[in-house]
Amino acid sequence: MRRRSIFLISVACFGYALLYMPIVSVVVYSFNASRLVTLWGGFSTRWYVSLLSDDKLLAAAFLSLRIAVVSATLATALGAIVALALHRVRRIPGRILLSGMITAPLVMPEIITGLSLLFLFISMASLIGWPASRGALTITIAHVTFSMAYVVVVVRSRLAVMDESLEEAAMDLGGRPLAVFFDVTVPMLLPALLSGWLLAFTLSLDDLVISSFVSGPGATTLPMLIFAKVKLGVTPDINAITTIIIGLVIVAVTTAGLVTNRRKAASA
Amino acid sequence: MGSGQHDPAAFLSQPCEHTRQVSAPAKKATDPQLWLRRALRMPYLWLLLFFLAPFLIILKISVAEPMIAQPPFSALLVWGAHGLQGIRATFENYSFLFRDGYYGIIVLSSLKMAAIGTVLCLLLGYPMAYFIARQPPRRRQMLLLAVILPFWISFLLRVYAWIGLLDNHGIINHALMSMGIIHKPLAMLYNDFAVYLGIVYSYLPFMILPLYSTLERLNVDLLDAAADLGARRWRAFVDVTLPLSMPGILGGCLLVFIPAVGEFTIPALLGGADTLMIGRVMWDEFFVSRDWPVASAVSVVLLLLLIAPILWFQHLQNREHEAGS
Repeated sequence: MRRRSIFLISVACFGYALLYMPIVSVVVYSFNASRLVTLWGGFSTRWYVSLLSDDKLLAAAFLSLRIAVVSATLATALGAIVALALHRVRRIPGRILLSGMITAPLVMPEIITGLSLLFLFISMASLIGWPASRGALTITIAHVTFSMAYVVVVVRSRLAVMDESLEEAAMDLGGRPLAVFFDVTVPMLLPALLSGWLLAFTLSLDDLVISSFVSGPGATTLPMLIFAKVKLGVTPDINAITTIIIGLVIVAVTTAGLVTNRRKAASA
Repeated sequence: MGSGQHDPAAFLSQPCEHTRQVSAPAKKATDPQLWLRRALRMPYLWLLLFFLAPFLIILKISVAEPMIAQPPFSALLVWGAHGLQGIRATFENYSFLFRDGYYGIIVLSSLKMAAIGTVLCLLLGYPMAYFIARQPPRRRQMLLLAVILPFWISFLLRVYAWIGLLDNHGIINHALMSMGIIHKPLAMLYNDFAVYLGIVYSYLPFMILPLYSTLERLNVDLLDAAADLGARRWRAFVDVTLPLSMPGILGGCLLVFIPAVGEFTIPALLGGADTLMIGRVMWDEFFVSRDWPVASAVSVVLLLLLIAPILWFQHLQNREHEAGS
């Protein structure tokens, strides 16, 4: 077409290669029979099999999943309330404080969030004796706190474009506020709630820095375990975990995409 | 969850009862949002307790003296027989940071590395966003999705994936050597180069998305007008496209720069021993030296460094909202 587009196409190809090369290489080498990265020892699933017998790893994965499900659910509930209130309630005491507290975690360096929460938990433990020990509970609280901010962003952007006449109609027809909320508002917000939940879930599952600060002895999440292993270089079983996670992400993203498309098609 | 206050069932049932009382006919129309206002207390308290309070504690510890005790710092408020007797605060930790050249170097080095990483990200992201914005709508969606998709895969694992590529015995060196292009492995891992690559790779989507949204809205007629008036393509780009896409450039750069300054994972996994970044230093200060007051003071300094770019970004966002509505 134009001369410039050759430049553009090559830069775009380079960019996409950069984005996907590491992922593809990890997936390919997770099936490598050899322990060495450079040596192709034939196709093998031995690293996947060895994962199954790694109790520490399975425990960490299970702990991470548990924390992610609980914290994503709480963050979605709390975040949806904040988003709705910021959108609809005109007079909130300390509105600026609230919107500041809900945007700040988005830009706060994780390392500060982690450190400050750890200090809080330590102070609380010495003042009121709770939390008595740090572990899954403190990690969950930390994850809710920062992922709530992302849920608010997602839900607010949906609220901004949502047609509110349906709710008004339901109210006019005598619906109780809470019944209208669960029968009309929640279904309309469902795609946003779903993607907010998914985002919070992913953020929680992925968090290394904050978990490392607020965790205690005995509670090792999957990222903490992975970090400890990969600091020393490439290990084939981590390649296998990565591949499994990539598979799960592809399934989740495709499902979410299909659901949204079906809903779009249904409402159109 | 330990306390009943954090139980989702509890906070949903509580406002429910309140609304029943209010939805008595006489008061019904007065406030349909009462339950929402009541429900808001829950996340509000949560944020005050788990976001604001920790932040104040960091400020407090940063003016405390390190002590060999549990917790390892002095108390801010001094209590006596007759209640509060005084406040003990010291700026020793801060003046230590300023006197000790090491921290100054780390701060400058973090800012420099984040800035270089951001510029590299822009140099790659701008042509990519421009390319995507000029595609037919359907393909545009596909290409954008392909930019966002890796974001859903664990950040830690994506950074880890570079180790296998960049290592002396890694895939890239192996490929280059077997093709006979190089004879000695290139040192690409555990140095600043790897950190820059990590920043560009990890934050590229944050750069492309705001750039794309400004470039997509850009009025093509203006470019045609410039061309009609005899402007060369390069001139039209510099005089028309570039200034008009400035909001996207600034937005993208801030979205990359702000998290990159405090980045921990990338320098920890890909950086060398001499890669100085503030996030990593704080980690060591805390986990290795156990100097809580200094770690807190470093946090406060890092936040102060980030306040200006954060406020700038907020300002840009607000202007965008106003322009959009």
